[in-house]
Amino acid sequence: MKQAELIPHLFRTEYRKIVSVLCKLFGIDHIEIAEDIVSDTFLLASELWGLKDLPENPTAWLYTVAKNKTRDYLRRNLLFAQHISKEVRHNTTVSEEIEIDLSVKNINDSQLAMIFVVCHPCNPAEARIGLALNLLCGFGVEEIANAFLTNREVIYKRLQRAKEKLRTEKIQIEQPTLSEIDDRLSTVLMILYLLYNEGYYSSGQDITLRKDLCLEAMRLTCLLIDSQACEGNERDEALAKFEQTNKPFANALLALMCFQSSRFDARLDQNGETILYQDQDTDLWDQELIRRGEYFLDQASQGNKISKYHLEAGIAYWHTNRADTKEKWENILQLYNQLLLIEYSPIAALNRTYALAKANGKREAIIEAEKINLTGNHLYHSLLGELYTGIDNAKAILHLQNALELTRSTTDKIRITQKITECKQKETPIPGSKQYEF
Amino acid sequence: MQDFLLVYRADLNAMPKNPSPEQMQATTKRWMDWIGGIAAQNKLGDRGNRLYPSGKVVKADNVIADGPYTEIKECIVGYSIVKAASIEEATELTKGCPILAAGGNVEVREVNQM
Repeated sequence: MKQAELIPHLFRTEYRKIVSVLCKLFGIDHIEIAEDIVSDTFLLASELWGLKDLPENPTAWLYTVAKNKTRDYLRRNLLFAQHISKEVRHNTTVSEEIEIDLSVKNINDSQLAMIFVVCHPCNPAEARIGLALNLLCGFGVEEIANAFLTNREVIYKRLQRAKEKLRTEKIQIEQPTLSEIDDRLSTVLMILYLLYNEGYYSSGQDITLRKDLCLEAMRLTCLLIDSQACEGNERDEALAKFEQTNKPFANALLALMCFQSSRFDARLDQNGETILYQDQDTDLWDQELIRRGEYFLDQASQGNKISKYHLEAGIAYWHTNRADTKEKWENILQLYNQLLLIEYSPIAALNRTYALAKANGKREAIIEAEKINLTGNHLYHSLLGELYTGIDNAKAILHLQNALELTRSTTDKIRITQKITECKQKETPIPGSKQYEF
Repeated sequence: MQDFLLVYRADLNAMPKNPSPEQMQATTKRWMDWIGGIAAQNKLGDRGNRLYPSGKVVKADNVIADGPYTEIKECIVGYSIVKAASIEEATELTKGCPILAAGGNVEVREVNQM
Protein backbone atom coordinates (compact mmCIF):
# COMPACT_ATOMS: atom_id res chain seq x y z
CA MET A 1 0.00 0.00 0.00
CA LYS A 2 1.30 3.45 -0.88
CA GLN A 3 1.99 5.89 1.89
CA ALA A 4 -0.80 8.21 0.68
CA GLU A 5 -3.35 5.44 1.13
CA LEU A 6 -1.74 3.90 4.18
CA ILE A 7 -2.50 6.63 6.70
CA PRO A 8 -6.21 6.96 5.85
CA HIS A 9 -6.45 3.17 5.91
CA LEU A 10 -4.74 2.89 9.30
CA PHE A 11 -6.84 5.75 10.56
CA ARG A 12 -9.98 3.79 9.70
CA THR A 13 -8.77 0.56 11.26
CA GLU A 14 -6.61 1.70 14.19
CA TYR A 15 -8.15 4.99 15.37
CA ARG A 16 -11.09 3.34 17.12
CA LYS A 17 -8.88 0.65 18.63
CA ILE A 18 -6.51 3.06 20.33
CA VAL A 19 -9.31 5.46 21.29
CA SER A 20 -11.30 2.60 22.81
CA VAL A 21 -8.35 1.34 24.86
CA LEU A 22 -7.53 4.83 26.11
CA CYS A 23 -11.15 5.69 26.86
CA LYS A 24 -11.43 2.53 28.90
CA LEU A 25 -8.20 3.47 30.68
CA PHE A 26 -9.19 7.08 31.41
CA GLY A 27 -12.90 6.57 32.01
CA ILE A 28 -15.88 8.38 30.58
CA ASP A 29 -14.85 11.76 32.02
CA HIS A 30 -11.85 12.06 29.74
CA ILE A 31 -13.00 10.91 26.31
CA GLU A 32 -11.61 14.09 24.74
CA ILE A 33 -8.11 13.43 26.11
CA ALA A 34 -8.13 10.00 24.49
CA GLU A 35 -9.27 11.55 21.21
CA ASP A 36 -6.57 14.24 21.39
CA ILE A 37 -3.79 11.74 22.03
CA VAL A 38 -4.81 9.54 19.12
CA SER A 39 -5.29 12.50 16.77
CA ASP A 40 -1.81 13.78 17.75
CA THR A 41 -0.38 10.34 17.05
CA PHE A 42 -1.80 10.28 13.54
CA LEU A 43 -0.72 13.87 12.93
CA LEU A 44 2.84 12.93 13.86
CA ALA A 45 2.66 9.90 11.57
CA SER A 46 1.55 11.97 8.61
CA GLU A 47 4.35 14.47 9.24
CA LEU A 48 7.16 11.97 9.79
CA TRP A 49 6.21 9.24 7.31
CA GLY A 50 6.19 11.78 4.51
CA LEU A 51 9.76 12.86 5.29
CA LYS A 52 11.40 9.58 6.19
CA ASP A 53 10.91 5.99 5.19
CA LEU A 54 7.86 4.21 6.47
CA PRO A 55 8.38 2.36 9.75
CA GLU A 56 8.75 -1.38 9.35
CA ASN A 57 5.52 -2.02 11.20
CA PRO A 58 3.34 1.11 10.92
CA THR A 59 0.65 -0.20 13.28
CA ALA A 60 3.18 -1.04 15.99
CA TRP A 61 4.71 2.42 15.47
CA LEU A 62 1.31 4.03 16.06
CA TYR A 63 0.76 1.98 19.20
CA THR A 64 4.18 2.89 20.61
CA VAL A 65 3.74 6.60 19.92
CA ALA A 66 0.24 6.55 21.41
CA LYS A 67 1.56 4.76 24.50
CA ASN A 68 4.37 7.29 24.93
CA LYS A 69 2.02 10.21 24.48
CA THR A 70 -0.33 8.72 27.04
CA ARG A 71 2.51 8.23 29.54
CA ASP A 72 3.67 11.82 28.93
CA TYR A 73 0.16 13.03 29.50
CA LEU A 74 -0.27 11.07 32.71
CA ARG A 75 3.11 12.30 34.00
CA ARG A 76 2.31 15.93 33.20
CA ASN A 77 -1.12 15.56 34.65
CA LEU A 78 0.32 14.07 37.80
CA LEU A 79 2.88 16.86 38.25
CA PHE A 80 0.13 19.38 37.78
CA ALA A 81 -2.11 17.61 40.24
CA GLN A 82 0.70 17.39 42.81
CA HIS A 83 1.32 21.10 42.64
CA ILE A 84 -2.26 22.04 43.13
CA SER A 85 -3.47 19.25 45.35
CA LYS A 86 -1.67 17.66 48.25
CA GLU A 87 -4.15 14.84 48.55
CA VAL A 88 -3.02 13.08 45.40
CA ARG A 89 0.66 12.94 46.47
CA HIS A 90 0.44 9.39 47.61
CA ASN A 91 -0.35 8.49 44.01
CA THR A 92 3.12 9.55 42.82
CA THR A 93 4.03 6.23 41.33
CA VAL A 94 0.79 5.73 39.46
CA SER A 95 2.12 6.85 36.09
CA GLU A 96 4.92 4.29 36.25
CA GLU A 97 2.52 1.51 37.03
CA ILE A 98 -0.21 2.18 34.55
CA GLU A 99 0.10 -0.21 31.70
CA ILE A 100 -1.25 0.79 28.36
CA ASP A 101 -2.41 -2.54 27.07
CA LEU A 102 -2.74 -2.63 23.28
CA SER A 103 -2.99 -6.39 22.99
CA VAL A 104 -5.57 -7.92 20.65
CA LYS A 105 -7.57 -9.08 23.64
CA ASN A 106 -7.72 -5.71 25.34
CA ILE A 107 -8.42 -3.93 22.05
CA ASN A 108 -11.38 -6.22 21.39
CA ASP A 109 -12.68 -5.90 24.92
CA SER A 110 -12.33 -2.14 24.86
CA GLN A 111 -14.00 -1.77 21.48
CA LEU A 112 -16.95 -3.92 22.52
CA ALA A 113 -17.30 -1.94 25.72
CA MET A 114 -17.18 1.32 23.76
CA ILE A 115 -19.86 0.17 21.32
CA PHE A 116 -22.20 -0.31 24.25
CA VAL A 117 -21.27 3.08 25.72
CA VAL A 118 -21.72 4.92 22.43
CA CYS A 119 -25.09 3.25 21.77
CA HIS A 120 -26.31 3.81 25.34
CA PRO A 121 -30.03 4.61 25.28
CA CYS A 122 -29.52 7.75 27.43
CA ASN A 123 -28.85 9.62 24.18
CA PRO A 124 -31.31 10.05 21.29
CA ALA A 125 -30.75 7.85 18.22
CA GLU A 126 -29.26 10.57 16.00
CA ALA A 127 -26.75 11.49 18.72
CA ARG A 128 -25.79 7.84 19.10
CA ILE A 129 -25.14 7.53 15.37
CA GLY A 130 -23.03 10.68 15.53
CA LEU A 131 -21.05 9.38 18.50
CA ALA A 132 -20.46 6.05 16.79
CA LEU A 133 -19.10 7.81 13.72
CA ASN A 134 -16.98 10.12 15.82
CA LEU A 135 -15.49 7.78 18.41
CA LEU A 136 -15.61 4.41 16.69
CA CYS A 137 -15.13 5.34 13.06
CA GLY A 138 -12.81 8.31 13.48
CA PHE A 139 -15.10 10.64 11.50
CA GLY A 140 -14.52 14.34 12.05
CA VAL A 141 -17.31 16.85 12.65
CA GLU A 142 -17.11 17.96 9.03
CA GLU A 143 -17.51 14.43 7.65
CA ILE A 144 -20.44 13.68 9.93
CA ALA A 145 -22.09 16.97 8.94
CA ASN A 146 -21.73 15.97 5.27
CA ALA A 147 -23.17 12.55 5.94
CA PHE A 148 -26.21 14.01 7.68
CA LEU A 149 -26.53 16.85 5.17
CA THR A 150 -26.33 19.42 7.93
CA ASN A 151 -23.77 21.96 9.13
CA ARG A 152 -20.75 21.59 11.40
CA GLU A 153 -22.26 23.63 14.20
CA VAL A 154 -25.25 21.29 14.58
CA ILE A 155 -23.07 18.20 14.69
CA TYR A 156 -20.51 19.75 17.01
CA LYS A 157 -23.20 20.66 19.53
CA ARG A 158 -24.88 17.28 19.16
CA LEU A 159 -21.63 15.44 19.93
CA GLN A 160 -20.79 17.71 22.87
CA ARG A 161 -24.23 17.22 24.37
CA ALA A 162 -24.05 13.46 23.88
CA LYS A 163 -20.63 13.19 25.55
CA GLU A 164 -21.78 15.40 28.39
CA LYS A 165 -24.82 13.18 28.84
CA LEU A 166 -22.61 10.08 29.12
CA ARG A 167 -20.58 11.88 31.78
CA THR A 168 -23.53 13.11 33.83
CA GLU A 169 -25.14 9.68 33.66
CA LYS A 170 -21.78 8.24 34.83
CA ILE A 171 -21.88 5.53 32.17
CA GLN A 172 -19.17 2.97 32.85
CA ILE A 173 -16.98 1.84 29.98
CA GLU A 174 -17.55 -1.85 30.35
CA GLN A 175 -19.48 -4.57 28.67
CA PRO A 176 -22.96 -5.09 29.98
CA THR A 177 -23.55 -8.09 32.18
CA LEU A 178 -25.09 -11.24 30.74
CA SER A 179 -28.51 -10.31 32.08
CA GLU A 180 -28.37 -6.88 30.43
CA ILE A 181 -26.95 -8.01 27.14
CA ASP A 182 -30.13 -8.84 25.20
CA ASP A 183 -31.73 -5.54 25.99
CA ARG A 184 -28.63 -3.45 25.36
CA LEU A 185 -27.64 -5.40 22.27
CA SER A 186 -30.93 -4.57 20.59
CA THR A 187 -30.27 -0.82 20.90
CA VAL A 188 -26.73 -1.34 19.58
CA LEU A 189 -28.08 -3.25 16.57
CA MET A 190 -30.66 -0.55 15.92
CA ILE A 191 -27.94 2.12 15.82
CA LEU A 192 -25.76 0.02 13.51
CA TYR A 193 -28.80 -0.58 11.28
CA LEU A 194 -29.54 3.15 11.13
CA LEU A 195 -25.88 3.95 10.51
CA TYR A 196 -25.85 1.52 7.60
CA ASN A 197 -29.07 2.86 6.13
CA GLU A 198 -27.73 6.39 6.40
CA GLY A 199 -25.01 5.35 3.98
CA TYR A 200 -27.11 3.09 1.80
CA TYR A 201 -30.21 5.22 1.33
CA SER A 202 -29.13 8.81 2.05
CA SER A 203 -29.67 11.34 -0.69
CA GLY A 204 -26.12 12.68 -0.29
CA GLN A 205 -24.14 12.70 -3.52
CA ASP A 206 -20.76 11.79 -2.04
CA ILE A 207 -20.51 8.11 -3.01
CA THR A 208 -17.20 7.50 -1.21
CA LEU A 209 -18.61 8.88 2.02
CA ARG A 210 -21.80 6.84 1.71
CA LYS A 211 -19.84 3.68 1.06
CA ASP A 212 -17.63 4.45 4.05
CA LEU A 213 -20.68 4.72 6.31
CA CYS A 214 -21.85 1.30 5.14
CA LEU A 215 -18.42 -0.25 5.61
CA GLU A 216 -18.06 1.21 9.09
CA ALA A 217 -21.47 -0.09 10.11
CA MET A 218 -20.43 -3.52 8.83
CA ARG A 219 -17.09 -3.42 10.66
CA LEU A 220 -18.80 -2.56 13.93
CA THR A 221 -21.39 -5.30 13.45
CA CYS A 222 -18.54 -7.72 12.72
CA LEU A 223 -17.00 -6.74 16.03
CA LEU A 224 -20.08 -8.02 17.79
CA ILE A 225 -19.88 -11.33 16.01
CA ASP A 226 -16.25 -12.27 15.79
CA SER A 227 -12.98 -10.43 15.61
CA GLN A 228 -11.78 -12.85 12.98
CA ALA A 229 -14.67 -12.47 10.61
CA CYS A 230 -13.52 -9.01 9.59
CA GLU A 231 -9.89 -8.33 10.01
CA GLY A 232 -8.26 -11.68 10.43
CA ASN A 233 -7.07 -11.05 13.97
CA GLU A 234 -5.61 -13.89 15.95
CA ARG A 235 -8.11 -16.04 17.70
CA ASP A 236 -7.51 -16.04 21.40
CA GLU A 237 -9.32 -16.58 24.64
CA ALA A 238 -11.05 -13.26 24.12
CA LEU A 239 -13.32 -15.08 21.68
CA ALA A 240 -15.34 -16.29 24.62
CA LYS A 241 -16.42 -12.67 25.02
CA PHE A 242 -18.04 -12.75 21.62
CA GLU A 243 -20.41 -15.46 22.65
CA GLN A 244 -22.26 -12.79 24.54
CA THR A 245 -22.84 -10.59 21.52
CA ASN A 246 -22.66 -13.17 18.73
CA LYS A 247 -26.44 -13.55 18.70
CA PRO A 248 -28.78 -14.53 15.87
CA PHE A 249 -30.07 -10.94 15.58
CA ALA A 250 -26.55 -9.59 15.09
CA ASN A 251 -25.83 -12.25 12.45
CA ALA A 252 -29.09 -11.42 10.69
CA LEU A 253 -28.17 -7.74 10.61
CA LEU A 254 -24.74 -8.50 9.18
CA ALA A 255 -26.30 -10.81 6.58
CA LEU A 256 -28.61 -7.98 5.55
CA MET A 257 -25.67 -5.60 5.26
CA CYS A 258 -23.69 -8.10 3.17
CA PHE A 259 -26.55 -8.70 0.72
CA GLN A 260 -27.30 -4.99 0.36
CA SER A 261 -23.64 -4.07 -0.03
CA SER A 262 -23.16 -6.69 -2.73
CA ARG A 263 -25.07 -4.31 -5.03
CA PHE A 264 -23.39 -1.13 -3.86
CA ASP A 265 -21.27 -0.61 -6.97
CA ALA A 266 -24.10 -1.63 -9.29
CA ARG A 267 -26.81 0.58 -7.82
CA LEU A 268 -25.24 4.02 -8.07
CA ASP A 269 -24.03 5.85 -11.13
CA GLN A 270 -21.07 8.24 -11.13
CA ASN A 271 -23.27 11.06 -9.85
CA GLY A 272 -24.54 9.08 -6.90
CA GLU A 273 -27.96 8.62 -8.50
CA THR A 274 -29.71 5.30 -8.01
CA ILE A 275 -29.76 2.78 -10.85
CA LEU A 276 -32.95 0.72 -10.69
CA TYR A 277 -32.61 -2.90 -9.68
CA GLN A 278 -33.69 -4.25 -13.07
CA ASP A 279 -31.23 -1.99 -14.88
CA GLN A 280 -28.20 -2.94 -12.79
CA ASP A 281 -25.20 -4.69 -14.29
CA THR A 282 -25.22 -8.01 -12.42
CA ASP A 283 -21.51 -8.46 -13.16
CA LEU A 284 -20.97 -5.68 -10.64
CA TRP A 285 -22.77 -7.61 -7.90
CA ASP A 286 -20.18 -8.75 -5.39
CA GLN A 287 -20.51 -12.54 -5.22
CA GLU A 288 -18.09 -12.81 -2.30
CA LEU A 289 -20.31 -10.55 -0.18
CA ILE A 290 -23.37 -12.56 -1.21
CA ARG A 291 -21.66 -15.74 -0.01
CA ARG A 292 -20.75 -14.08 3.27
CA GLY A 293 -24.33 -12.92 3.64
CA GLU A 294 -25.54 -16.48 3.15
CA TYR A 295 -23.11 -17.67 5.83
CA PHE A 296 -24.30 -15.09 8.37
CA LEU A 297 -27.96 -15.71 7.51
CA ASP A 298 -27.34 -19.38 8.18
CA GLN A 299 -25.79 -18.48 11.55
CA ALA A 300 -28.78 -16.22 12.24
CA SER A 301 -31.24 -19.07 11.85
CA GLN A 302 -30.29 -20.50 15.25
CA GLY A 303 -32.70 -19.86 18.07
CA ASN A 304 -36.42 -19.41 17.83
CA LYS A 305 -36.80 -15.64 17.78
CA ILE A 306 -37.24 -13.74 14.55
CA SER A 307 -36.31 -10.09 14.15
CA LYS A 308 -36.91 -7.55 11.45
CA TYR A 309 -33.25 -8.04 10.53
CA HIS A 310 -33.97 -11.70 9.75
CA LEU A 311 -36.89 -10.76 7.53
CA GLU A 312 -35.08 -7.93 5.77
CA ALA A 313 -32.05 -10.17 5.27
CA GLY A 314 -34.36 -12.81 3.79
CA ILE A 315 -35.83 -10.27 1.37
CA ALA A 316 -32.35 -9.04 0.46
CA TYR A 317 -31.27 -12.65 -0.08
CA TRP A 318 -34.02 -13.25 -2.65
CA HIS A 319 -32.93 -10.09 -4.43
CA THR A 320 -29.44 -11.49 -4.97
CA ASN A 321 -31.00 -13.57 -7.73
CA ARG A 322 -32.45 -11.40 -10.45
CA ALA A 323 -34.50 -14.00 -12.30
CA ASP A 324 -38.22 -13.32 -11.79
CA THR A 325 -39.53 -16.62 -10.51
CA LYS A 326 -42.85 -17.33 -8.87
CA GLU A 327 -40.98 -18.81 -5.91
CA LYS A 328 -38.86 -15.69 -5.45
CA TRP A 329 -41.78 -13.26 -5.36
CA GLU A 330 -43.97 -15.52 -3.24
CA ASN A 331 -41.16 -15.69 -0.67
CA ILE A 332 -40.55 -11.96 -0.79
CA LEU A 333 -44.28 -11.31 -0.35
CA GLN A 334 -44.51 -13.54 2.71
CA LEU A 335 -41.39 -11.98 4.23
CA TYR A 336 -42.91 -8.51 3.76
CA ASN A 337 -46.19 -9.72 5.29
CA GLN A 338 -44.28 -10.88 8.37
CA LEU A 339 -42.16 -7.73 8.47
CA LEU A 340 -45.27 -5.55 8.49
CA LEU A 341 -46.70 -7.59 11.34
CA ILE A 342 -43.58 -6.78 13.38
CA GLU A 343 -43.22 -3.15 12.37
CA TYR A 344 -45.13 -0.93 9.96
CA SER A 345 -43.27 1.42 7.66
CA PRO A 346 -44.56 3.14 4.52
CA ILE A 347 -41.69 1.78 2.43
CA ALA A 348 -42.35 -1.79 3.59
CA ALA A 349 -46.05 -1.33 2.78
CA LEU A 350 -45.21 -0.12 -0.75
CA ASN A 351 -42.65 -2.85 -1.37
CA ARG A 352 -45.06 -5.47 -0.07
CA THR A 353 -47.65 -4.29 -2.58
CA TYR A 354 -45.13 -4.53 -5.41
CA ALA A 355 -44.30 -8.10 -4.34
CA LEU A 356 -48.05 -8.81 -4.21
CA ALA A 357 -48.36 -7.71 -7.83
CA LYS A 358 -45.50 -9.99 -8.82
CA ALA A 359 -46.84 -12.96 -6.83
CA ASN A 360 -50.63 -12.61 -7.11
CA GLY A 361 -51.10 -10.34 -10.12
CA LYS A 362 -51.54 -6.63 -10.79
CA ARG A 363 -55.30 -6.42 -10.35
CA GLU A 364 -55.22 -7.68 -6.78
CA ALA A 365 -52.28 -5.41 -6.04
CA ILE A 366 -54.10 -2.31 -7.36
CA ILE A 367 -56.95 -2.85 -4.89
CA GLU A 368 -54.46 -3.28 -2.04
CA ALA A 369 -52.32 -0.34 -3.16
CA GLU A 370 -55.26 2.04 -3.16
CA LYS A 371 -56.08 1.04 0.41
CA ILE A 372 -52.57 2.05 1.52
CA ASN A 373 -53.47 5.57 0.48
CA LEU A 374 -50.08 7.25 0.93
CA THR A 375 -51.11 10.06 -1.41
CA GLY A 376 -48.33 12.43 -0.34
CA ASN A 377 -45.59 9.93 -1.19
CA HIS A 378 -44.14 9.99 -4.72
CA LEU A 379 -43.27 6.31 -4.45
CA TYR A 380 -46.94 5.50 -3.85
CA HIS A 381 -47.88 7.18 -7.12
CA SER A 382 -44.95 5.61 -8.95
CA LEU A 383 -46.13 2.20 -7.76
CA LEU A 384 -49.72 2.80 -8.89
CA GLY A 385 -48.42 4.17 -12.18
CA GLU A 386 -46.49 0.95 -12.64
CA LEU A 387 -49.45 -1.24 -11.63
CA TYR A 388 -51.97 0.53 -13.88
CA THR A 389 -49.65 0.43 -16.89
CA GLY A 390 -51.24 -1.92 -19.41
CA ILE A 391 -54.46 -2.13 -17.40
CA ASP A 392 -55.65 1.44 -17.42
CA ASN A 393 -53.03 3.66 -19.01
CA ALA A 394 -55.03 6.85 -18.40
CA LYS A 395 -54.94 6.20 -14.65
CA ALA A 396 -51.30 5.18 -14.89
CA ILE A 397 -50.49 8.54 -16.47
CA LEU A 398 -52.42 10.43 -13.76
CA HIS A 399 -50.44 8.69 -11.02
CA LEU A 400 -47.14 9.17 -12.81
CA GLN A 401 -47.90 12.88 -13.14
CA ASN A 402 -48.56 13.04 -9.39
CA ALA A 403 -45.27 11.25 -8.76
CA LEU A 404 -43.51 13.72 -11.04
CA GLU A 405 -44.84 16.66 -9.03
CA LEU A 406 -43.92 15.12 -5.67
CA THR A 407 -40.39 13.85 -6.31
CA ARG A 408 -37.36 16.04 -5.79
CA SER A 409 -34.82 13.78 -7.44
CA THR A 410 -33.73 14.73 -10.95
CA THR A 411 -33.13 11.12 -11.95
CA ASP A 412 -36.63 10.20 -10.78
CA LYS A 413 -38.08 13.05 -12.84
CA ILE A 414 -36.33 11.89 -15.99
CA ARG A 415 -37.39 8.30 -15.37
CA ILE A 416 -41.03 9.19 -14.67
CA THR A 417 -41.27 11.49 -17.69
CA GLN A 418 -40.01 8.64 -19.84
CA LYS A 419 -42.66 6.30 -18.40
CA ILE A 420 -45.40 8.84 -19.10
CA THR A 421 -44.31 9.06 -22.73
CA GLU A 422 -44.33 5.26 -23.01
CA CYS A 423 -47.81 5.07 -21.47
CA LYS A 424 -49.17 7.67 -23.85
CA GLN A 425 -47.94 5.64 -26.81
CA LYS A 426 -49.79 2.54 -25.66
CA GLU A 427 -53.44 1.93 -26.31
CA THR A 428 -55.59 1.40 -23.25
CA PRO A 429 -56.95 -2.14 -23.59
CA ILE A 430 -60.69 -2.49 -23.99
CA PRO A 431 -62.22 -3.57 -20.65
CA GLY A 432 -62.78 -7.28 -20.55
CA SER A 433 -60.17 -7.98 -23.20
CA LYS A 434 -56.91 -9.75 -22.55
CA GLN A 435 -55.58 -8.86 -19.14
CA TYR A 436 -52.03 -7.81 -18.56
CA GLU A 437 -50.55 -9.86 -15.76
CA PHE A 438 -47.02 -10.54 -14.67
CA MET B 1 -58.19 5.42 16.03
CA GLN B 2 -60.12 2.86 18.02
CA ASP B 3 -59.35 -0.81 18.57
CA PHE B 4 -61.75 -3.34 17.13
CA LEU B 5 -61.78 -7.04 17.89
CA LEU B 6 -62.32 -9.32 14.94
CA VAL B 7 -63.71 -12.69 15.97
CA TYR B 8 -63.46 -15.41 13.34
CA ARG B 9 -66.11 -18.10 13.46
CA ALA B 10 -66.46 -21.19 11.35
CA ASP B 11 -68.24 -24.51 11.26
CA LEU B 12 -65.47 -26.93 12.09
CA ASN B 13 -67.41 -29.84 10.64
CA ALA B 14 -67.38 -28.13 7.26
CA MET B 15 -63.59 -27.76 7.33
CA PRO B 16 -61.37 -30.37 5.64
CA LYS B 17 -60.58 -33.03 8.24
CA ASN B 18 -57.02 -33.90 7.26
CA PRO B 19 -55.73 -31.12 5.05
CA SER B 20 -52.69 -31.92 2.90
CA PRO B 21 -49.51 -29.88 3.45
CA GLU B 22 -50.28 -28.06 0.19
CA GLN B 23 -53.77 -27.15 1.41
CA MET B 24 -52.39 -25.95 4.73
CA GLN B 25 -49.75 -23.89 2.96
CA ALA B 26 -52.36 -22.36 0.68
CA THR B 27 -54.53 -21.51 3.69
CA THR B 28 -51.61 -19.89 5.50
CA LYS B 29 -50.80 -17.83 2.40
CA ARG B 30 -54.41 -16.58 2.13
CA TRP B 31 -54.39 -15.51 5.78
CA MET B 32 -50.96 -13.90 5.60
CA ASP B 33 -51.81 -12.03 2.40
CA TRP B 34 -55.02 -10.74 3.96
CA ILE B 35 -53.58 -9.74 7.34
CA GLY B 36 -50.45 -8.36 5.60
CA GLY B 37 -52.80 -6.10 3.63
CA ILE B 38 -54.24 -4.71 6.87
CA ALA B 39 -50.75 -4.25 8.30
CA ALA B 40 -49.71 -2.44 5.09
CA GLN B 41 -52.43 0.12 5.86
CA ASN B 42 -50.95 0.48 9.35
CA LYS B 43 -54.27 -0.65 10.79
CA LEU B 44 -53.23 -3.85 12.52
CA GLY B 45 -53.33 -3.68 16.31
CA ASP B 46 -52.46 -7.27 17.10
CA ARG B 47 -52.34 -10.16 14.68
CA GLY B 48 -54.03 -12.23 17.37
CA ASN B 49 -54.07 -16.01 17.39
CA ARG B 50 -55.77 -19.11 16.18
CA LEU B 51 -57.61 -21.24 18.71
CA TYR B 52 -57.63 -25.01 19.08
CA PRO B 53 -61.06 -26.47 18.48
CA SER B 54 -61.40 -28.26 21.82
CA GLY B 55 -62.35 -26.35 24.96
CA LYS B 56 -64.41 -26.22 28.10
CA VAL B 57 -67.33 -24.08 29.10
CA VAL B 58 -67.76 -23.35 32.78
CA LYS B 59 -71.25 -22.57 34.02
CA ALA B 60 -72.73 -21.73 37.39
CA ASP B 61 -72.80 -24.42 40.05
CA ASN B 62 -69.51 -25.81 38.81
CA VAL B 63 -71.00 -27.30 35.68
CA ILE B 64 -68.22 -27.86 33.17
CA ALA B 65 -69.06 -28.84 29.63
CA ASP B 66 -66.87 -29.83 26.71
CA GLY B 67 -66.75 -26.93 24.26
CA PRO B 68 -69.59 -24.69 23.22
CA TYR B 69 -70.41 -26.76 20.15
CA THR B 70 -73.31 -28.88 21.29
CA GLU B 71 -75.76 -26.03 20.93
CA ILE B 72 -74.30 -24.07 18.03
CA LYS B 73 -72.74 -25.32 14.85
CA GLU B 74 -69.97 -22.78 14.53
CA CYS B 75 -67.22 -21.93 16.96
CA ILE B 76 -64.56 -19.29 17.42
CA VAL B 77 -61.42 -20.26 15.52
CA GLY B 78 -59.35 -17.14 16.12
CA TYR B 79 -59.19 -13.42 16.70
CA SER B 80 -57.26 -10.28 15.75
CA ILE B 81 -57.33 -6.63 16.75
CA VAL B 82 -57.45 -3.89 14.12
CA LYS B 83 -57.27 -0.11 14.39
CA ALA B 84 -59.91 1.97 12.65
CA ALA B 85 -61.65 5.33 12.93
CA SER B 86 -65.14 3.83 12.93
CA ILE B 87 -67.02 0.54 12.99
CA GLU B 88 -67.69 1.03 9.27
CA GLU B 89 -63.98 1.30 8.54
CA ALA B 90 -63.24 -1.75 10.70
CA THR B 91 -65.96 -3.68 8.89
CA GLU B 92 -64.47 -2.66 5.55
CA LEU B 93 -61.17 -4.26 6.65
CA THR B 94 -62.79 -7.68 6.93
CA LYS B 95 -63.35 -7.80 3.16
CA GLY B 96 -61.37 -10.67 1.72
CA CYS B 97 -60.96 -12.41 5.08
CA PRO B 98 -60.26 -16.07 4.23
CA ILE B 99 -62.80 -17.25 6.81
CA LEU B 100 -65.58 -15.90 4.58
CA ALA B 101 -64.53 -18.07 1.64
CA ALA B 102 -64.52 -21.05 4.02
CA GLY B 103 -68.16 -20.45 4.91
CA GLY B 104 -67.42 -18.74 8.22
CA ASN B 105 -68.00 -15.20 9.42
CA VAL B 106 -66.28 -12.33 11.16
CA GLU B 107 -67.77 -10.51 14.09
CA VAL B 108 -66.54 -6.90 14.47
CA ARG B 109 -66.69 -5.40 17.96
CA GLU B 110 -65.37 -2.11 19.21
CA VAL B 111 -63.09 -2.48 22.23
CA ASN B 112 -64.33 -0.52 25.22
CA GLN B 113 -61.06 0.32 26.97
CA MET B 114 -61.12 -0.19 30.72
